[in-house]
Amino acid sequence: MEDGLRERIKSTIESKKVVLFMKGSRNFPQCGFSAHVVGILKEHAVDFRDVNILTDPDLRQGLKEYSNWPTFPQLYVDGKLVGGADIVSSLHESGELTGVLGG
Amino acid sequence: MIEPDAVRTLLLRAFPQADIDLVDLTGTRDHYQARIVSEAFRGKSLIEQHQLVYAALGDAMNGPIHALALKTFTPEAWQKLNPNP
Repeated sequence: MEDGLRERIKSTIESKKVVLFMKGSRNFPQCGFSAHVVGILKEHAVDFRDVNILTDPDLRQGLKEYSNWPTFPQLYVDGKLVGGADIVSSLHESGELTGVLGG
Repeated sequence: MIEPDAVRTLLLRAFPQADIDLVDLTGTRDHYQARIVSEAFRGKSLIEQHQLVYAALGDAMNGPIHALALKTFTPEAWQKLNPNP
């Protein structure tokens, strides 16, 4: 991966405490999994940045390599990958997500 | 798309003796749901467990499989959720 892209990915991930890379936007999700995670974040009333990877092919491909994670959505908190839709759902159901988002 | 048997083979190669429940959600061989119970997940975070699965599937995740709903468990975690009556 090019250094420029790696740097852009890093700065995007760290641009806010909670960042969601998704298909579509928070108001117009274009994938059920992305919509599901947006719904969970809204339920937690957390301030987050949404990044639409469908309009940024470089970012989309780069993120897969950067985090060794091939699918979207991808949720990051404090610059670290929390997980995709399955993990976010599990953490939400177990009650652990509150701590992850607030910690 | 990719045949369920091929997905299962890739998973078993990475997780021998795992208990794998694989469902073709849409009948189109590209949207799958997998439940994997394996010793290999012991001591690993959920993130690390899923990364192991994605690594096992490799290129199959880059196109052939469009969506994979994933649940991973250690044998103990699975037992806890499904205690014998």
